[in-house]
Amino acid sequence: MIILGQIAAFIVQCGRSVLQGRTLYWAWLGFLAVIITLGIVTYIHQFNVGLISTRMRDQVSWGFYIGNFTFLVGVAAAAVMLVIPAYVYNWKPIKEVVILGEMLAISAIVMAELFVTVDVGRPDRLWHLIPGLGTLNLPTSLLAWDVVALSFYLLLNVAIVTYMLFSLHRGVKPNMAVFVPLVLISIPAAICIHTVTAFLYNGFPAREFWNSAILAPRFLASAFCSGPAVLVVLMQSLRKFTRFDIPNEAIFKIAELMAYAMFVNLFLLGAEVFKEYYSDTEHLNHMLYMFTGLEGSTAIVPWMWISVFCSVAAFAIFLIPGARTNIPTLNIGCVLIFIGVYLEKGMGLVIPGMTPDTLGEIYEYSPSGSELLISLGILGLGSLIMTLLVKISIPIMLDE
Amino acid sequence: MSRDVTRRQFLCIVAGCAAAAATGCSDFTHTALFRDNFRDLSPAELKDILADLEKKHSATYGKQVTVGATPALDGVEFGYALDLSRCIGCRRCVRGCVEENNQSRDPQVQWIRVLEMDSEHGINLEHSDPYYDAEKVPEDGKFYMPIACQQCRNAPCVKSCPVGATWQEPDGIVVIDYDWCIGCRCCMASCPYGARHFNWGRPSIPADDMNPATHYLGNRPRPKGVVEKCTFCVQRVRKGLYPKCVEVCPVGARKFGNLLDPNSEIRYVLDNKRVVVLKSEQNTQPRFYYFFG
Ligand code: SF4
Ligand code: SF4
Repeated sequence: MIILGQIAAFIVQCGRSVLQGRTLYWAWLGFLAVIITLGIVTYIHQFNVGLISTRMRDQVSWGFYIGNFTFLVGVAAAAVMLVIPAYVYNWKPIKEVVILGEMLAISAIVMAELFVTVDVGRPDRLWHLIPGLGTLNLPTSLLAWDVVALSFYLLLNVAIVTYMLFSLHRGVKPNMAVFVPLVLISIPAAICIHTVTAFLYNGFPAREFWNSAILAPRFLASAFCSGPAVLVVLMQSLRKFTRFDIPNEAIFKIAELMAYAMFVNLFLLGAEVFKEYYSDTEHLNHMLYMFTGLEGSTAIVPWMWISVFCSVAAFAIFLIPGARTNIPTLNIGCVLIFIGVYLEKGMGLVIPGMTPDTLGEIYEYSPSGSELLISLGILGLGSLIMTLLVKISIPIMLDE
Repeated sequence: MSRDVTRRQFLCIVAGCAAAAATGCSDFTHTALFRDNFRDLSPAELKDILADLEKKHSATYGKQVTVGATPALDGVEFGYALDLSRCIGCRRCVRGCVEENNQSRDPQVQWIRVLEMDSEHGINLEHSDPYYDAEKVPEDGKFYMPIACQQCRNAPCVKSCPVGATWQEPDGIVVIDYDWCIGCRCCMASCPYGARHFNWGRPSIPADDMNPATHYLGNRPRPKGVVEKCTFCVQRVRKGLYPKCVEVCPVGARKFGNLLDPNSEIRYVLDNKRVVVLKSEQNTQPRFYYFFG
């Protein structure tokens, strides 16, 4: 009974925090509402006419949606993997970093799952994936594994965040015997979701571009660049707009880790480039399509060079200790690496992987306006979730 | 209580159709939304579903449409062989296939893709052209290679489907349950032969041209948002007919038969000609062979 009362009070407080805010907060929510609405309206149209409103076709049968999905799984994974250094270095604001990371993970996973939902031809049949009701094709289908891993990860993070906030709200110390094991499980789970997502691509030997053993390591490395970049910026805005105190050292420690990740990321990319160009087999076509264009088809080339430029520039910034411990340059570096990885995962993985197609045809894909609007809507929805979660948790964490 | 019954009742609750649940929910399960995977259907359910489909399609196309579900015959495993030195690239097989199998005319879906290749490069997909002009064939210095589903023994598409909507039948034909497929297109990513096609828009077939003799796993009209592909004309071959493409090929480049029958035409080809399979390194082990007659 008491617990029910506390739950009610918790919900009331959550509602209250969500409804109170400065003009900037409401303006932000208003902006998100607009892009979400646009996304929904566009999706209703896509639902009615079919995926013909995208520019995907049989030759390039996955595109922008699945690219975004992949990128966001990376963000979700990296946000939680940050817990490792937090423990190792015994940072002071560890609890806050953990909660922030888990909340980012929740929003990213919700977005990732929505991207898959808008990509499938029959969203009305998604229940076929529910074991018992449908027929989840385990163990052979990697998408089936991905569904399992992502759902588990989402539940885990929701459980941790809710438990933590609820305990703090009641003014009791979270029971470490519950909390610590959950967090410890979430770390390998984070590595798992991104590895399984990489294996999803890796497991198509028909697509040489993805059939490389370093694909999963590359996924992890790039995620370790982009995920923390989001967190670093987020942590700064938190301490600016709230009474939250996050010391510079914590942020700079993350920046140092990002520098290592960027090195590994670029190194692995270089290894891939060497293998393809030196071997000069037919499989090189995909990389040619990506970096120089193939038979006059060059739609993706500028984006890929922007991506490479951003990643290298960001690495240069993060390599110089003076630059990565100086807030303005650090932020520029974060934005650069975010763009670099977003373009690389969002467009540079899926599209060249399918161009030329398995019969050698080159179909130039680029997202349609409808794809862009729906994607924007999903990103808006994810940002909304993140905003509300942060809004709810801040007073609770500060009142403690 | 069997698993299927529980599943159906659960769906009724989810759908909030208490009334349907009370009456045994029978009407409800037969709508496309709550239909079970083909392989889990009881004979009675299948019968009802086929009757429903026949009614629906007959009304849509204004003619008597039949939807069969003839199962694989015992002792039959189908195989196909195509003579590359005979094929002239006229694309009559493509047209025959579209008409026989009720492929959408707009947006256009074609299960067979004929590639024009340079004699000088040999079989080389990277130098192939699917958009050549069929009026001008055969052109000098070129040869033609039709490609459709290779009915792989070790089929990557089946492996990758997250919901088991596509599988291999005992006679070797890889089929799709169009009412179970969720349209995720994993199978398209995994097929090395570009054999699978997605209904990006709502398929359309002119009522006059619609072929009313259909099979549940084959040429019945498809909904939008699902994947389809060649089934060796499952609606024909299980009745002892040739696939349509074999029938319409003007130069007799296409051979078909039962791999398990030592006297079949396909056996003759395998025993007396030298055959190759496409992309053998993929270990898909196709039941579709190419030879040079
Ligand atoms: S050719 Fe493609 S669609 Fe046909 S069985 Fe092989 S993998 Fe599956
Ligand atoms: S598109 Fe359909 S048949 Fe293909 S993998 Fe997805 S659910 Fe299975």
